[in-house]
Amino acid sequence: MTTNLGQVSDQAPTGQPVLTIDHLQVTFATDGGDVHAVKDVSLEVNPGEVVAIVGESGSGKTVTAKTILGLLPETAISSGAVLINGNNVISVSKSALRKIRGRDVAMVFQEPSTALNPVFTVGWQIAEGIRAHASDGGRISAKEAKLRATEALRKVGIPDPETRVNYYPHQFSGGQKQRVVIAAALALDPGLIVADEPTTALDVTVQAEILQLLRDLRDNYGTSIVLITHNMGVVADLADRVVVMYQGDVVEEAPSKVLFAEPRQEYTRKLLAAVPHLGRDSASEGARSRLHQDGKVLVEAKNLTIEYPGRFGRHGFKAVDNVSFTVSENEVFGLVGESGSGKSTIGRAIAGLNRTTGGSLKVLGYEMLDFKERTFRPLRKEIGFVFQDPAASFNPHLTIGECVAEPLMIHTKPGAAEARKKVGELLESVQLPASYAQRYPHELSGGQRQRASLARSLALNPRLLIADEPTSALDVSVQAKVLDLFKDIQEQFGFAALFISHDLAVVDMLSHWVGVLYKGQLVEQGIGNHVMGSPQHEYTKRLIASLPVPDPEEQARRREAHRALLGG
Amino acid sequence: MSTPTLTPPRQPLFSRLPVISHLKKSVGLQRGMLVVGVVLSGLFILTSIFAPLLAPYGYSQLSDASGSFPTQQAPGGKHLLGTTVGGYDVLSRVVWGSQTAVTVIIVSVAMSLFLGVALGLLSGYFGGWLDRILVVVADAIYAFPTLLLAIVISIVISRGQSSFWGGIFSCAFSITVVFVPQYFRVIRAETIRLKAEPFVESAKVLGASSMRIIGRHIFKNATRTLPLMFTLNASEAILTLAGLGFLGFGIEPTSAAEWGFDLNKALADTSSGIWWTGVFPGIAIVLTVLGLTLVGESINDLNDPRIRGRKRAGGGAGTPASPGTPSAPAEAGKP
Repeated sequence: MTTNLGQVSDQAPTGQPVLTIDHLQVTFATDGGDVHAVKDVSLEVNPGEVVAIVGESGSGKTVTAKTILGLLPETAISSGAVLINGNNVISVSKSALRKIRGRDVAMVFQEPSTALNPVFTVGWQIAEGIRAHASDGGRISAKEAKLRATEALRKVGIPDPETRVNYYPHQFSGGQKQRVVIAAALALDPGLIVADEPTTALDVTVQAEILQLLRDLRDNYGTSIVLITHNMGVVADLADRVVVMYQGDVVEEAPSKVLFAEPRQEYTRKLLAAVPHLGRDSASEGARSRLHQDGKVLVEAKNLTIEYPGRFGRHGFKAVDNVSFTVSENEVFGLVGESGSGKSTIGRAIAGLNRTTGGSLKVLGYEMLDFKERTFRPLRKEIGFVFQDPAASFNPHLTIGECVAEPLMIHTKPGAAEARKKVGELLESVQLPASYAQRYPHELSGGQRQRASLARSLALNPRLLIADEPTSALDVSVQAKVLDLFKDIQEQFGFAALFISHDLAVVDMLSHWVGVLYKGQLVEQGIGNHVMGSPQHEYTKRLIASLPVPDPEEQARRREAHRALLGG
Repeated sequence: MSTPTLTPPRQPLFSRLPVISHLKKSVGLQRGMLVVGVVLSGLFILTSIFAPLLAPYGYSQLSDASGSFPTQQAPGGKHLLGTTVGGYDVLSRVVWGSQTAVTVIIVSVAMSLFLGVALGLLSGYFGGWLDRILVVVADAIYAFPTLLLAIVISIVISRGQSSFWGGIFSCAFSITVVFVPQYFRVIRAETIRLKAEPFVESAKVLGASSMRIIGRHIFKNATRTLPLMFTLNASEAILTLAGLGFLGFGIEPTSAAEWGFDLNKALADTSSGIWWTGVFPGIAIVLTVLGLTLVGESINDLNDPRIRGRKRAGGGAGTPASPGTPSAPAEAGKP
């Protein structure tokens, strides 16, 4: 760690806040009139402090973050003051703003794969910022810039930075790419880093590493961090102070520990209550043996293998490798795993959207290895499917009523009046007013759309429902409602369900029996709260330990345990 | 359940029509371009509709009650824009020419639309050998110079005949052949994209037949860009028609008026200082193409929210934002 830290201290004299936002207002011009994205936000960030801005989508947290770097689009106008080391970002000239960016404040983006340019080496991309600011103190040679880029990579814990500085982004894994993005942000030793959902696109185990890195930066270099996130676990893990935003306003601001222990505002309380907490409300609470085993077995996989064909001369990619499990009537089977573990592939194979290539997969008695659309079609009405993104799974040109009636029209062909009546009933069963049938999908909110999607999948009273990450595109408070609804409806209709999710806490809330997938293999399966409480497999242990819980005290303990686990 | 915030009610059909909805949401220079385009195109269409009233003479008229028309007469007097070497009235030829142009555009674009969209949907959705063959054919057509192709088709179809409808159809067919690959390509690409969309997959999971998926789910979503392509292709169709006429594959002056043909005949006049026979059909072509292109390009820009200009926010200070703005759905407060 040989970087000169003098810069940081003379830029931000002790005691003086690094960032002051004073009565910030941002308004966007849209086709639907002006939108007041940020109404009145004031906050301060002190040196070496991590301030988290939390809120649901549309709360204005990202707009606030972008204002700090002057990254708002042309359609926006802002008023108030955003002071970084005495410069007001809103009113300074463009060239002054360019100087501030990178030197005083830097940004870490959500999606590391798109934040890096694929045709340049990472070293070049980090050096770009260093050389852009060369005018501050004369020219910087390419060699020196590269040296400093290497140094920045070393700082963020990329092994063997001298060699890797010449690598291209695709040669790094997702977590390492995010480290590179952080290295680029650090290259000029800015006093402040704005991290916009820095771990949302990453898996939990990788997320834990990135959070650790950010914490080290704060501890070792005194960098202040503005953390924008919707994940309360991440907040509990990293933040010193929390600012809760709702619809463009600051609802509550408090030190992290205080906020989680005794939230003052109603909204904060509701928000915290909606966050799923591992180990609470387990669906398999108190179960000693596997539930619902007396009914028929609906899905039976034996040594199931699904392989995607490789390119010419290469081996295919085994997305699912030798997996065996069963789903019985009335049972909710939870499938967890990180991205690329093959969980969605299994769900899609059961619905006949993917072909199986080996082993055996029996769905309602139909062997999917000899899949033919024509012979499988009669069984389709027995299977419902809920997709991840409710916005994309509805045809934007059809009304909700037409979409929900679609399965009825295909299989039972009822009259118009009968269909309307049935659609009304279905919408009411998912707690939507029947009048919503007249609306178009874009006129509903995310949660309402996902309920309508549930109604559509239940239209033919299926025996099996496959839910592929049904809540991952939703805000926490909405997610909580959809999950409750799902639970109620499952008990009421009594269908078997395959619930696929990357979120352990969510799976535990719904599933009686849980399977953990890792790189295409089912490494562990068992009763939900047993798997969550006392995992057996190494990977499951790591997965559960790296999940941040929304409670700073408990999370600090878990963090220690996690570190011990990795060390041991 | 509390009443949730509503997005504004659907606009009446009139305001949702392509060009009118675009006009409403445009501002500044973009609006100016669109208005100029709409005015020019409107003039063009109106002229073609009212050609019998506007034109002082018929398109093939060589004489009136007071005797034969003079040839190569300069603009003025009885013949506002002069007469040609054959004794035709230039103004009448220009006005009637718009009718030919509109007919050719409608016939050719309609034919290429139907063919291109149908083939694109089938080819994109089913893929396989049909797709591969159609793509190769489309690529092969692309490889030909369009005018050459149009000439060949024109010979094949009309065999030198040049009645009004024979000429129109041979022009339209040759333009169709040139344009079908464009529509085919665009619709096919959209179909392939939409095929992977969750709403198509969800229809598949429900057990919908392929025809139902194509007709109900893909068709409407894949054809959004068509108004744009229609206007851009319309201007290109006029240019191809004029090119054909100029090369002598158009319609005989006795069957219909055609700008390209008149330009061709005006070629010899230029050296003798007779400018009016060439300039007026030329201006007609330029203005029509300009008008249609402006409409097309403006629609293209306005369809893209990143390019579209907007009024500055906060213009009406103190007016509260409408509660139902789509980017801020208030979900959290609801049960």
